[in-house]
Amino acid sequence: MDTKSRSMQSALGRARGLGSAKADAAGHWSAQRITAVALVPLALWFVFAAVIGNIDADHAAFRAWIAQPINATLMMLFIFTSFHHGALGMIVVLEDYVHAPGAKHITIMLAKMAAAAGGLFCAICVLTLALGG
Amino acid sequence: MPTPDRPLSPHLQVYKLHTKIAPLLSIAHRLTGVALAFLGTLFLIYWVGAAAYGPEAFATAQAVFSSPLGLLMLFGWTVVLFYHLANGVRHLVWDTGLELSNEGVRRTAWVMLGSVLGLTVLAWVVGLIVLAL
Repeated sequence: MDTKSRSMQSALGRARGLGSAKADAAGHWSAQRITAVALVPLALWFVFAAVIGNIDADHAAFRAWIAQPINATLMMLFIFTSFHHGALGMIVVLEDYVHAPGAKHITIMLAKMAAAAGGLFCAICVLTLALGG
Repeated sequence: MPTPDRPLSPHLQVYKLHTKIAPLLSIAHRLTGVALAFLGTLFLIYWVGAAAYGPEAFATAQAVFSSPLGLLMLFGWTVVLFYHLANGVRHLVWDTGLELSNEGVRRTAWVMLGSVLGLTVLAWVVGLIVLAL
């Protein structure tokens, strides 16, 4: 507690950046929870409506289903929310278990890029099916 | 800088994971999350990607998923997804400050495992009924 009396730095200033996330841990934390809450209904909808509802659908039936605006919207919401939530989770896992700074930053960057690319591809597929001629 | 009382991420080598259910369920949350981020997203990419690429590709994808190996993979996917979903809700409950005692951890563990079982059985009963109709 000597540091507390001697230092001009505030308690918050000393604590900031010490966690394994280094920066913006609170923003990461709340984004992970918000996407988690959103994914509870979205994931249940995806399993029971999108997957089970199209369990024996042919291409025409699946296309007709996804062309309904509500289904296209929920698919896009599920895609963006799940890829975002997945990237946030992978970043925490990499921060915790990859210790070499270089490898940590590169794997985190790759996780973000993979999530962005995968999510974008799925979204474009949904738009192609829903809007394509 | 000394950092006492800082919460630590689940450690894989130090604790006797096999003798206690709480840490086993905790690390299972991460493992299921990583599985969903790697394999769950690949299923999604393959499924909507095949649909966007046309009737032949979608027919192949639907055949792959309804083959015995495909159904086994989908069964594993539902268990993993429902585990991460139910245990995620358990974490959201803890985030509100509720059930943060040893008894609470044990009690919510059984509710969570029961929910995983119930949701998995429900999904497959509904899925097989839809398939039979």
